[in-house]
Amino acid sequence: MAELRSGRPLLLQGNEAIVEGALAAGCRFFAGYPITPATEISEMMAYRLPAVGGTYIQMEDEIASLGAVIGASLAGAKSMTATSGPGFSLMQENIGFACIAEVPCVIVNVMRGGPSTGLPTKPSQGDVMQARWGTHGDHPIIVLSVSTTRECFDITVKAFNLSEKYRTPVILLSDEVVAHTREKIQLPHPEEIEVIDRIKPNMPPEWYIPYEDNTRGVPPMAVFGDGYRYHVTGLVHDVRGFPTERADEIKAFLTRIHRKIYQNYFDIIMTEEEHVDDAEVIVITYGAVARSAKRAVREARKRGVKAGMIKLITLWPFPRQALEPHLKRVRAVLVPEMNFGQVSREVKRINQGMTRIEKMNRIDGQLITPDEILTRLLKL
Amino acid sequence: MAELTKLIHKYLRHAKKFPHVWCPGCGNGILLGSLIRAIDRTGFEKDDIVLVSGIGCSSRLPVYVDFNTLHTTHGRALTFATGVKLANPRLQVIVVMGDGDATSIGGNHFIHAARRNLNLTAIIVNNNIYGMTGGQYSPTTPYGSYSTTSPFGHIEHPFAIAELAVTAGASFVARGTVYHTNLLDELIEKAIYKRGFSVVEVISNCHTQFGRKNKMGGPIEMLKWMKETAVRVEKAEKLTEEELKDKFTIGILVDRELPVFTMEYEKIRQEAKKKVSA
Ligand SMILES: Cc1ncc(C[n+]2csc(CCOP(=O)(O)OP(=O)(O)O)c2C)c(N)n1
Ligand code: SF4
Repeated sequence: MAELRSGRPLLLQGNEAIVEGALAAGCRFFAGYPITPATEISEMMAYRLPAVGGTYIQMEDEIASLGAVIGASLAGAKSMTATSGPGFSLMQENIGFACIAEVPCVIVNVMRGGPSTGLPTKPSQGDVMQARWGTHGDHPIIVLSVSTTRECFDITVKAFNLSEKYRTPVILLSDEVVAHTREKIQLPHPEEIEVIDRIKPNMPPEWYIPYEDNTRGVPPMAVFGDGYRYHVTGLVHDVRGFPTERADEIKAFLTRIHRKIYQNYFDIIMTEEEHVDDAEVIVITYGAVARSAKRAVREARKRGVKAGMIKLITLWPFPRQALEPHLKRVRAVLVPEMNFGQVSREVKRINQGMTRIEKMNRIDGQLITPDEILTRLLKL
Repeated sequence: MAELTKLIHKYLRHAKKFPHVWCPGCGNGILLGSLIRAIDRTGFEKDDIVLVSGIGCSSRLPVYVDFNTLHTTHGRALTFATGVKLANPRLQVIVVMGDGDATSIGGNHFIHAARRNLNLTAIIVNNNIYGMTGGQYSPTTPYGSYSTTSPFGHIEHPFAIAELAVTAGASFVARGTVYHTNLLDELIEKAIYKRGFSVVEVISNCHTQFGRKNKMGGPIEMLKWMKETAVRVEKAEKLTEEELKDKFTIGILVDRELPVFTMEYEKIRQEAKKKVSA
């Protein structure tokens, strides 16, 4: 059982820790399609879920996997799928469905090199922009990233909590390095873990207006079969869930689903700072590269360079407010990434000339090393 | 008549949904009536029914009825239905799709759903065309017929949807038409009752697109065409191949007992509970 694994040290890889986190968060449905480097998540779910009364199913493709996940969530189960680049591309249409119909679900993308079949066994951070903009149309989304086995556990729990709280799909970006690195971790006891469930309606069914705005911007969500018969659609809909083409209703709806994410910015944004208070140069980093950055920053400090780092856990919405005060203050910023520059682009966008932003990229399927980051840091 | 009014009040949603989006005389309306009568006969509570659809004219059906309704993405209705059913097997999940929805973009999901044998009811409205997008050919458009994307006559060969479902492993497969409504009511009722994956192919008229392009006339003429072309399965058995040329069969094609996914999975849960510990 999930509960019994807590309390004693375990040697887990990132993918396994994601499974532990999901089960601890209350995930009871998983649908997926095998793909390297995410497959272990499916395999472990197939083994663990039935034992806790949940359901695992291997679907015919990733489109079907996310469809099933959304259906299961509507019927009340906390649901997840896991994939990598090619499968993530296939999921895009249904991600948009989960956004517009406001269905909580967690989508894990263990990034590998792309485009296309790309580099199945090599890490990459090439899907940061796809995670934000992959599905068509203006839409809100939450994207989180992980860099350690422990984070794989904690942030998966967080991903479920945020998806339930804000009725939104949450994308969890991992990568091949984090997925397959084994680290010793001690899982927290269930009582120590905060688990948030979606708010259900408590009014009589005839008073239930499924998409009515409230101060949180998140309407209570009825589960199919609970007596609140309502309509769910991927068409833009009015407060009752029925398709609309009225300009005022369209605007009100799309504004609300964006507002519910942005007005809760401080609850959603997670970053981790190290040595930033007196830093003159900082590294802005995420995912596996953050592991190298951490070493590099410590080494730079030993050599007398006032270096610091900010690790982004929330990638979208982009942690602008968390970064701006530092950008105002430091001499230079380095953004190392395993892509041609996706987060660095965003950092430059918010920078507005405050400081000097340097990007640093590897696209050859290799993790950026601490030495490489250190060399750049010393020259900044 | 009083009976009809009762059904309308019980099952149709009242506010803001009407007039419906369909062309006058479209077969989708007849199917809606049939579906409601069949569901009423099964006696299931409205709260326990989830009506799922894809995208297309026929897939607009759920919005009008007072169940838990789910209008998904094009071709993917069965995948959403799979999740709903697995998360709560107590729910009666019925899926309405068009021929393009179910056998073109959703063809892969369709054959796998049949093979997997979850207790779902799939109703496929076969009007031989893509209605909603304005009359392009679909996987069931007959060889030689016209559509907006086969202006010189169609050169591909159509799927026989019900036969495809039989081969793919569905537990119950039937075909009806919107002309033979009593039979259709009966087939849908049986399909809902059936434990396992059940399919009802409903031959329907899209006079606006398919009928017009192929000079088949309006709704009345197309209903007459169904009357003349459909042969009961029982009768077809006694006819020769020659006599059955250009006809299609209606009735129950297959009704068999196969292990149902959710029941099999329950066994896995029991086994896993014994074997999987920390
Ligand atoms: C991914 C995607 N591709 C294309 C469409 C456009 N589209 C909407 S309905 C439809 C075909 C509908 O035909 P059918 O499923 O036979 O249903 P009918 O309208 O005839 O009832 C198409 C191609 C879409 N909505 N989504
Ligand atoms: S276009 Fe065809 S299928 Fe669509 S509503 Fe009109 S008649 Fe029916």
